[in-house]
Amino acid sequence: MKRIGVPLVACRDLTLGYEGRTVVEGLSFTVGEGDRLIVFGENGSGKSTLMKAMLRLTAPLSGTVEYGGGLSNKDIGYLPQQTSAQKDFPASVREVVRSGLLGRRGLRPYYDKAERRAADDAMDRFGIRALSARCYRELSGGQQQRVLLARAMCAGRRAVFLDEPTAGLDPQATAEFYALVKGVGDGGVTVVMVSHDMAAVGNATHILHIGGKSALYDGPVDGYAESGVGFPTAGLGVGTG
Amino acid sequence: MTDVLGQIGYYLTEFTFVRYAMVVGILIALCSSLLGVTLVLKRLSFIGDGLSHVAFGATAIAAAINLSGNMLIVLPITVLSAVLLLRSKQGAVIKGDAALAMISVSSLAIGYLIMNVFSKSSSFSSNLSADVCTTLFGSTSILTLSESDVIVCAAMSVAVIAVFLFSYHRIFSLTFDEDFAAATGGRVKAYNLLLAAVIAVVIVVAMNLVGALLISALVIFPALSAMRVFRSFKSVTICSVAVSAICTTVGILASIVVGTPVGSTIVAVYIVGFGMLSAAGSILRRS
Ligand SMILES: Nc1ncnc2c1ncn2[C@@H]1O[C@H](COP(=O)(O)OP(=O)(O)OP(=O)(O)O)[C@@H](O)[C@H]1O
Ligand SMILES: [Mg+2]
Repeated sequence: MKRIGVPLVACRDLTLGYEGRTVVEGLSFTVGEGDRLIVFGENGSGKSTLMKAMLRLTAPLSGTVEYGGGLSNKDIGYLPQQTSAQKDFPASVREVVRSGLLGRRGLRPYYDKAERRAADDAMDRFGIRALSARCYRELSGGQQQRVLLARAMCAGRRAVFLDEPTAGLDPQATAEFYALVKGVGDGGVTVVMVSHDMAAVGNATHILHIGGKSALYDGPVDGYAESGVGFPTAGLGVGTG
Repeated sequence: MTDVLGQIGYYLTEFTFVRYAMVVGILIALCSSLLGVTLVLKRLSFIGDGLSHVAFGATAIAAAINLSGNMLIVLPITVLSAVLLLRSKQGAVIKGDAALAMISVSSLAIGYLIMNVFSKSSSFSSNLSADVCTTLFGSTSILTLSESDVIVCAAMSVAVIAVFLFSYHRIFSLTFDEDFAAATGGRVKAYNLLLAAVIAVVIVVAMNLVGALLISALVIFPALSAMRVFRSFKSVTICSVAVSAICTTVGILASIVVGTPVGSTIVAVYIVGFGMLSAAGSILRRS
């Protein structure tokens, strides 16, 4: 069932940018089914932009993003770095998490029992079940992040794209989250994760490090340390030069 | 007081037509309030206003060429404008609110112009100012709605309510976080289009009841009132439906009894309703 090595997402010669200003140029890489890919890069290097292109939310200036192995957006979960969610939107936690189940459903208008249970399970896993009737906008930043993570996990049957998933999480929640990512990864779900946290590497199979508009490193975790691109030598962030 | 109740009872039992008018009025209010939540939350409150001006212009054209079923012209034009306006949010030449303002004043001006020109030259109308007033502020009495108006309004309201119920969760997702909906395979473009069409239908239908200038009240007041008290999409939706049903009923009855214009009476009741729910909200919050 688990077909390791089938490219699930293939990006070819991607050039991304805004209003004529390029952010990433000529980037090619693939994500195999079952991979757990971490995208590193300093602030403004284009990680979020790349993720949106991979999700086909924005069209690349040139190049292509292709889905293989029968993947469609319906099988994908997404955690945006900044939600387009309205600030004063009246939505309960339960409503937000359940909305993650929508993509995969046909035209059937209401949730069935199994779907409601799936949403409850996701809330349990992120420790927000007790908040399920609370208003999303009245939660703390970290709690909101957990809600959006639960929503992403509900949506991602085959792949999840997470943009800085641990931003705002406390250490305990962060550790639990990494364990969870490993869990879904072992279950065959492909994970693409933007991060600034070196601890994320422990759960990854591949790393893509972008900087200076192209890939500084693209390969399995094992070769990353030797490549000299990555690990921060001291203090702040990822030293890329 | 008993006198007033007696009078209402008299109208309701003696004239079947009053009952129909009530039913239609409430249906129209219901479907406007359902969409109101989405429009308010997507920062599109003014779309309703702009579209109603478009519908006014279209009504003038329909009247000028003397079309009996003017819905045939008004509806397509309004739907088209709604689609274009919602579209223009992405990659627009002229920014959203400016485009809206431009379209709405143009339609208003041209509509009035057409009405004037044709009232002088034809059998169109002997009483221009009354006509304009009716189109802008709604019929002076709900009893002047024609039977075909009533049937068409009822059918379209039911259709809108059905569409809303059917796509309730998708509308939630789309309204809450459009990027997420798009990334996870929700057909965002298709639903935005559907939403635009439904909004246009609501505007055209509601224009019969309260007139072009007061439609926004029907759309935004129930949602805003409900949001003062409730904090989840479901409860806000249910509450705004309740608010609109109650306020419209009271408004229509009051307008019949007191003899005031329907549209403005309903809106006045909405304002009172908003005040009451705001007060309730702040009391609940404090305790
Ligand atoms: N909507 C936008 N319009 C114009 N330029 C943008 C837009 N979004 C991002 N950019 C620019 O594109 C570049 C890449 O942004 P992006 O958000 O992809 O960076 P990032 O790697 O995710 O950074 P961070 O680590 O801070 O999240 C930045 O220089 C930014 O200024
Ligand atoms: Mg980013």
